[in-house]
Amino acid sequence: MSFSFRAAVAERHFDVSLALGPTETVAVMGPNGAGKSTLLSTIAGLVRPDTGQAELNGRTLFHLGPGTHQWTPPHRRGTALLAQEPLLFPHLTAADNVAFGPRSAGVPARRARDIALRWLAEVEAEDLAGRRPTGLSGGQAQRVAIARALAADPGLLLLDEPMAALDIHSAPLLRRLLKRVLEGRQAIIVTHDVLDALMLADRVVVLEKGRIAEDGPTREVLERPRSLFAAGLAGLNFVTGTLTAAGIRTAGGQGIARDLEIAGHLEEPGEPGQAGAAGLPGAAVFPPSAVSVFLTDAHGSPRNSFPVEVTELEPHGDQIRVRGGGLAADITPAASAELGLAPGMPAHFVVKSAAVSIYAT
Amino acid sequence: MTFRPRQPYTGIPRWVSGLAVLAALVVVLPLVAIVARVNWGNFIPLITSESALEALGLSLRTSAASTLLCIVLGVPLALVLARASFPFQRLLRSLVLLPLVLPPVVGGIALLYTFGRQGLLGGTLQVLGIQIAFSTTAVVLAQTFVALPFLVVSLEGALRIGGQKYEAVAATLGASPGTVFRRVTLPLILPGLASGAVLSFARSLGEFGATLTFAGSLQGVTRTLPLEIYLQRETDPDAAVALSLVLVAVAVAVVALAYGRTGAPAGRGPIQRPTAPLTTGGSVR
Repeated sequence: MSFSFRAAVAERHFDVSLALGPTETVAVMGPNGAGKSTLLSTIAGLVRPDTGQAELNGRTLFHLGPGTHQWTPPHRRGTALLAQEPLLFPHLTAADNVAFGPRSAGVPARRARDIALRWLAEVEAEDLAGRRPTGLSGGQAQRVAIARALAADPGLLLLDEPMAALDIHSAPLLRRLLKRVLEGRQAIIVTHDVLDALMLADRVVVLEKGRIAEDGPTREVLERPRSLFAAGLAGLNFVTGTLTAAGIRTAGGQGIARDLEIAGHLEEPGEPGQAGAAGLPGAAVFPPSAVSVFLTDAHGSPRNSFPVEVTELEPHGDQIRVRGGGLAADITPAASAELGLAPGMPAHFVVKSAAVSIYAT
Repeated sequence: MTFRPRQPYTGIPRWVSGLAVLAALVVVLPLVAIVARVNWGNFIPLITSESALEALGLSLRTSAASTLLCIVLGVPLALVLARASFPFQRLLRSLVLLPLVLPPVVGGIALLYTFGRQGLLGGTLQVLGIQIAFSTTAVVLAQTFVALPFLVVSLEGALRIGGQKYEAVAATLGASPGTVFRRVTLPLILPGLASGAVLSFARSLGEFGATLTFAGSLQGVTRTLPLEIYLQRETDPDAAVALSLVLVAVAVAVVALAYGRTGAPAGRGPIQRPTAPLTTGGSVR
């Protein structure tokens, strides 16, 4: 009872391999155009990859390559897809929508209706049974759509940003609901919201440019990001370079000067040959709250100082987030006013080396 | 133009409004002329004469048959044109639309050289003992030939704009292509199908040139109402005018049926499939 997947779609520069345990829920995150939707469409059978192989609970979904052309059509895959829009069939009532999957599987009308009502109750929408989709709010419609997907009894549930189209009042309710129904199920959820990953997923996969940039338990990915995207999710500053004895030497790019030394404390506890790690690609990671902003280069020796040009100032909670050189610093409004910061000004971002985590990527 | 305070600014120049009035007159005035010319005293006897009733009955029967044929053939064609991708698809789409702009008499000749005794399929059909030209079947074929594009165009628009998101979701829920077509696609395109069918019916009812060329004008067999009108015009203008008015009334009813809906809110949902109605009513050619 598991899922394995490997596929390449040359046209979309997509090449991903992924496996799920029997009751595992994986959150797929990544910037727009990274291939998240391609991943779901390929699994569901709506996009045919050039090469690859996928298996769900012992059944081959596709096996395409030189000499092999196995292909299971979408309706025989057991991979129900829940999209951003509920896409309830507008000509059917909520109950008939939910009964659609069982009916398609050949379940008699009356029993299909019982199944539908049970799933509607499961998503707290039994009172909507007789309503048409046009009369439902976004949150109600998405709840019915979840019931519809689950009623089809999928081996693998695919969720494509199910909360993205909802207002901020409906999203928490739906997230709680998903947490309950995803328990003990195989599911892949594409999301932009780090909260979804935290609450719903056992594991996070970060896609970038059609490749897996990062793959690991949610907590680990957020605490120790290895990609710029994951660092952004976790709200951390992220600078890549090569490891040195005391930190990293920056590789340039990202608006940070080349060959800048960033001192920090090397993490990777228990990894053998730490001294030998020098020269490997690594990252320096630190929270914006640890960064102070100065107008001049005020050096204390265990500090890192980055000359930057301030690009943006924005409110961030009760702080001001100052962006520059691809980094972020959180300072108090009073400090910002005192410095007289404005976009375009040169400044120095200073961070104590004790606040900088260094690890190999 | 008088300024009405509650009307928002339109920015239409005066001369444009003038031309618009002229355009409206071009359409409306001939209709008024027909109504003015009707011999009301004899109206009922004129439209209930034996030949008139026979022509009307034939027109209704053949138009119903060709509309049915248009639906049976047009829905699959529109679906394939809108959703599938295959070589020469664009060429096929253009060719299917050709009868819209082709003079019907040319269509009639084309049909004659397809199904006629000397035609492309004539030999084969003769072996099978089937004689199509100058029969009621020919009338239906001629009407289908000219009316099919109306149905295909209005359906294809509805299908393309709607996309296939619902179909994709239905498939992932376990519905086979047959079930998806029956339970999702067909119900969703039903409004487009209805207006397309009404337009096809109207076009069939008004069909003249192709029918005359391919089917001839035999009373009770191939002489439809437009042909009867054309014939009566020579001998009994009053009858021609009265029958014309009948066709005008049918056309008005058809336009009301096909477009009456668009005035009211068509759908209230966030996602709907707008239909792309064709702006051509039934015309007597």
